[in-house]
Amino acid sequence: MKINWFKYSAPMSFYPLAGKLIPLFWIAAIVCIAGGLYWGFFKTADVLNDQKQYYRIIYVHVASAWMAMWLYAVMVFWAMLGLIFNTRLSYMLASATAITGTVMTVIALATGAIWGKTSWGTYWDWDPKLTSFLILLFVYIGYIALQSAIDDKRRSDKASALLALVGLALVPIIYYAVNCPDPTECASLHQESSLKRVESNILIGMLVTTLGFWMYSFATTLMRARIIILERERSTTWVSKLAEITNSERKH
Amino acid sequence: MKPRTKRLFFVLLALCCVGAASALITKAMKGNLAYLHTPEQVLAGEVPEGQVFRLGGLVKEGSLERSKTDLEARFIVRDNRNNEITVVTNKILPDLFAEGKSQVSRGKMAKDGLFYAEEVLAKHDAEYMPKELSDTLNKEHAPAPAKKGTYQ
Repeated sequence: MKINWFKYSAPMSFYPLAGKLIPLFWIAAIVCIAGGLYWGFFKTADVLNDQKQYYRIIYVHVASAWMAMWLYAVMVFWAMLGLIFNTRLSYMLASATAITGTVMTVIALATGAIWGKTSWGTYWDWDPKLTSFLILLFVYIGYIALQSAIDDKRRSDKASALLALVGLALVPIIYYAVNCPDPTECASLHQESSLKRVESNILIGMLVTTLGFWMYSFATTLMRARIIILERERSTTWVSKLAEITNSERKH
Repeated sequence: MKPRTKRLFFVLLALCCVGAASALITKAMKGNLAYLHTPEQVLAGEVPEGQVFRLGGLVKEGSLERSKTDLEARFIVRDNRNNEITVVTNKILPDLFAEGKSQVSRGKMAKDGLFYAEEVLAKHDAEYMPKELSDTLNKEHAPAPAKKGTYQ
C-alpha cells in the first residue's frame, strides 16, 4: 500500500488531522509530566553524593534544555523542507515550533539560574555553556522577529528559514562547549552533560518528564499551526465552510 | 535540473557551510577560551598583574580556615601537579563548596601572593548518585575513584 504523504502537506487536510491529534498529545503530556515529576519527587533519593533536595529541579531543567535544542533542530527541519519543496505548511510548522522552543529555552535558563544560585552560588556566570545557550534564546527571538517584520508571508518565510538554518551552527557549540573530548580544553562552570553517572532511578524521572515535554511540544505546536493555517488561508472557501468559522459568524 | 533539485542542493550546501562554521568555532573556542586559569598558569605568570580573572582548581583538603569574628575565609586552591595558591574571601561560600571539591573564584592576585576573591563558586561534576549508593560504590572500588580528586 502506498501512502500519499503529500496529501497532508496541504493545509486543508492537515487542519482536521491536527485537530484530532491535539487532545491525544495533551493527555500523553499530562500523564508523562505528572508521572515523571511524581517519580522524581517521591521515588528518588533525597540527598545525593554532594547535592541536597534542590537537585530535583534537574527533572525540569534537563528536560527543558534538551527540548530547547531539539525543537531548534525540528524547526530547522521544517524550514529546510519549506526551502526545498516550497510547501506552505512546512513554513507554518517551523514558525509554530519556534514559540514552543523559545518557551523551553526560557524555562531552561530560569531553572538553571535557580539551581545555580543554590549549588554554585550564583544565578548567572559567563560560562561557555550558559553564554551559548543565551545566544540560542536570541536566535529564537530573532527568528520570530524577522518573521513578523516582513509583511509578505512568502518572503518572511524564506528569510526566517535561512536565519534558522544559519543558527543551527549554535546547537553543536552548546553541546561541545562542555563536552569536548579533552576536558582541559573546555573549562567551564557548568558540569558536562553525561548520563553515565546518573543513577537509574533519577534517569527514569528525567526521561519520562522529557517524553512529557515532547508531547506538550507536539500539542502546542499543532495548536499554533492550526491558528496560523486559519490566519493565512482565511480567504479560501474550505476555511469559510469550517464548522467553527460558520458557528462563530452566526453568533456575531 | 528541476528547480526543486536545485533548491535541495542549495540547502545541502548551506547545511555543509553551517556545519563547517560550527566545527571551526568549536575548534577555535578550545584553548582560546580563557574562562578560567589554573594555579599552574597563574604561578607561571601567564595572567597580568592586577587583572581580574577566574581561578579554577580543587580546594586542598584540610586547608579551609574560617575567621571566628567575621565572614573571612582562607583556603588553598591546588591542581594535580602540586601548584597551590591561597585564596582569601569575605563572601558567603556556596552550599557545594567543600574541601577536595572543585571551585571557581573570581578576583585578582595581590602583591602579597594571595588571591583576593570577590566571588567564590562551587563546581560540581555530572554525578547524580544517592549518598548511600555512592558510598558503597566508593568502598567496593577501593581505592576511591580518582574522579573526585582530579582537576584538569
